[in-house]
Amino acid sequence: MYPIVKKVVLSSAVKEFEVRAPMVAEKAQAGHFFIMRANERGERIPLTIADYDREKGTITTIIQELGASSTLVGQMEEGDEILDFVGPLGVPSEIELFDGPTVLVGGGIGIAPIFPIARALKAAGNEVISIIGARNKDLLIWEEKMASVSDKLIVCTDDGSYGRQGFVTDALKDLYAERGKLAAVWAIGPMPMMRAIANVTRPWAVKTIVSMNPLMMDGTGMCGACRVQVGEETKFACVDGPEFDGHLVDFDLAIKRLAIYKDQEKRALAALEHKGGHCGCQ
Amino acid sequence: MSVKDRPNRQEMPCQAPEERIRNFREVALGYTEEQAVLEAQRCLQCKKPKCRDGCPVEVLIPEFIQAVAERNFAEAAAQLKEKNALPAVCGRVCPQESQCESKCIIGIKSEPVAIGRLERFVADWEMAQEGQMAKEKCTSATSTVSPKGKKVAIIGAGPAGLTCAADMARLGYDVTVFEALHVAGGVLMYGIPEFRLPKAIVEKEINTLCQLGVNVQVNMVGGKTFTVEELQQKGYEAIFIGTGAGLPNFMGIPGENFCGVFAANEFLTRTNLMKGYDFPNALTPVRAGSKVAVLGAGNVAMDAARTALRLGAEEVSIVYRRSEKEMPARAEEIEHAHEEGVQFKVLTNPVEIVGDEQGWVKGMRCLRYELGEPDESGRRRPVAIDGSEFFMEVDTVIVAIGQGPNPLVTQSTPGLELNRKGTIYADEEGRTSLEGVFAGGDIVTGAATVILAMGAGKKAARAMDQYLQSK
Repeated sequence: MYPIVKKVVLSSAVKEFEVRAPMVAEKAQAGHFFIMRANERGERIPLTIADYDREKGTITTIIQELGASSTLVGQMEEGDEILDFVGPLGVPSEIELFDGPTVLVGGGIGIAPIFPIARALKAAGNEVISIIGARNKDLLIWEEKMASVSDKLIVCTDDGSYGRQGFVTDALKDLYAERGKLAAVWAIGPMPMMRAIANVTRPWAVKTIVSMNPLMMDGTGMCGACRVQVGEETKFACVDGPEFDGHLVDFDLAIKRLAIYKDQEKRALAALEHKGGHCGCQ
Repeated sequence: MSVKDRPNRQEMPCQAPEERIRNFREVALGYTEEQAVLEAQRCLQCKKPKCRDGCPVEVLIPEFIQAVAERNFAEAAAQLKEKNALPAVCGRVCPQESQCESKCIIGIKSEPVAIGRLERFVADWEMAQEGQMAKEKCTSATSTVSPKGKKVAIIGAGPAGLTCAADMARLGYDVTVFEALHVAGGVLMYGIPEFRLPKAIVEKEINTLCQLGVNVQVNMVGGKTFTVEELQQKGYEAIFIGTGAGLPNFMGIPGENFCGVFAANEFLTRTNLMKGYDFPNALTPVRAGSKVAVLGAGNVAMDAARTALRLGAEEVSIVYRRSEKEMPARAEEIEHAHEEGVQFKVLTNPVEIVGDEQGWVKGMRCLRYELGEPDESGRRRPVAIDGSEFFMEVDTVIVAIGQGPNPLVTQSTPGLELNRKGTIYADEEGRTSLEGVFAGGDIVTGAATVILAMGAGKKAARAMDQYLQSK
């Protein structure tokens, strides 16, 4: 069992958890993810590793309550124990010293997994410029943490309630106009946001890495639920990724594939709410 | 009594097809005590039993059957367990027709003794004694063996790993099994459906094995959470790799990533391991659609087709490019699938999966085939018929054309020699190119059967013991 040692409510639907999982913490690197299962009824759900502390043996992650499984997790409290916690999974980010500024773009809860990558790039000696965005001020997370690992931090909100008004893509375009040359862009967030970033950078021919978040089950390459079309090839995001060249990913198909179980997901959430949420006992 | 006057083989009681396609309960119901005794009495108790040669884990077949014939079921169970760590599993899923039962002398003129059904009966009978006997036996087993004070690691808790673990524990080693999923059992838990192999039975059988002193650690992904080298550094003196062939193959045709196209592994794991058939009580969804095509004709394909029916699909077809005669699935599984209404579209293969604007499967462009000369596998090669293309309307495609070795462990183990297809190179006894590292089961042979994996686990345990003794 994997106890929750700390929970921070970032907004009504967004929760930060620090979980004790020493084996995972020992190996965790930027770009990795893990799979967890809250309890016996639970699905195996993939979450990115947003931070880790090898000494304490903990992993930090951010979860947004969207469906039944994420709601079940979101309602867990400090001291509760997660039944299964597997990782670290996937291929870590390729960190190198780039010739020029590196730009980290995080959207919504995608800001959290961008953080360890920014930290690693900074530690490798890169100039790190971070652009983080959310729909509004209340949904913006980890501004201070991002500032601590960035040479420059640009904050945007869609509604202008904080920072500059507009999308992260607008901020990126302005940055490019200002700097002329960017060495690499990482983008993590909802798939439409990553697609938009990839479309913006494509004509600039700037290396653009996205972290795909498809449906997953085992997370070890045995089922292919997470397959992504990358150029001419089919890749399994759990073992070949989750990071891919954003200019090669077929985002339209990836977005459609996210909806495979849409009807069931609604039913599960309805059933959970009907039972009063917490544990499902009747 | 001459052979031909002997009574016929006892039929296996089964749930009726029209009933069973609406539930996930076990299809074959098992022998009663009376049936088991009658069947056991058919055994000739050969002096040189050929049946035993047909069993990869060397079960003492005439001995346990004799005990059944004498109604001494406890003794029968003891005889079985001597060699087989998972008899309730093997009695259900082994292809006995091509193993022990294929060698039975009675089978020449009549039907062979139903060794598998008897094995299942004995194992179930023992479990029904609420595990009491198993416990007593385990304590006695562990007390007679002096601990050797050496640690061994098993990577993968499938049939190969579990068998190897059980044998090593019996020999007095300190055994830890590392399993990537959240339960032990491998394909027994995620692959083979509940209606062929109830998960409660697998769990019980694995628990019994744990009572031998085997420590099973779940959520441990070889190659990710730990590596072989790290295990060696932590003092594991011998390591067995039994990580199986869990990497699904796809056809490599256009359209395979449309929504509604699933690898059989995903479809079966959602249903079995994650209990998707009990959605939304279990939160993992599984989707069968209404018109389902299953590509392939092995046991996995039959399992997927029969699972789709039980999840409510209206029409399920096995699509296979050869004829029924060449199908690799067990005859019994094919027969059960027929009885349940699975359609067989043979000499047919898709060349493209077609989707709609929403990215969902709406059908397959298929070709018809005829059989030509035998190929290197000895089976007649399917040859596409010119101009035979037609459109098959389906909303779900389940790909069951085989699995390859999962590369997570092999890629993270420098110096481990591999075969061309990514399987581990190992000799007959399971020795790999690395000292102290052994391997067996599907990771060595490619996808095969439960019992062959168990046989490999057993042989490797013997070799590991020799290696550790001589160290």
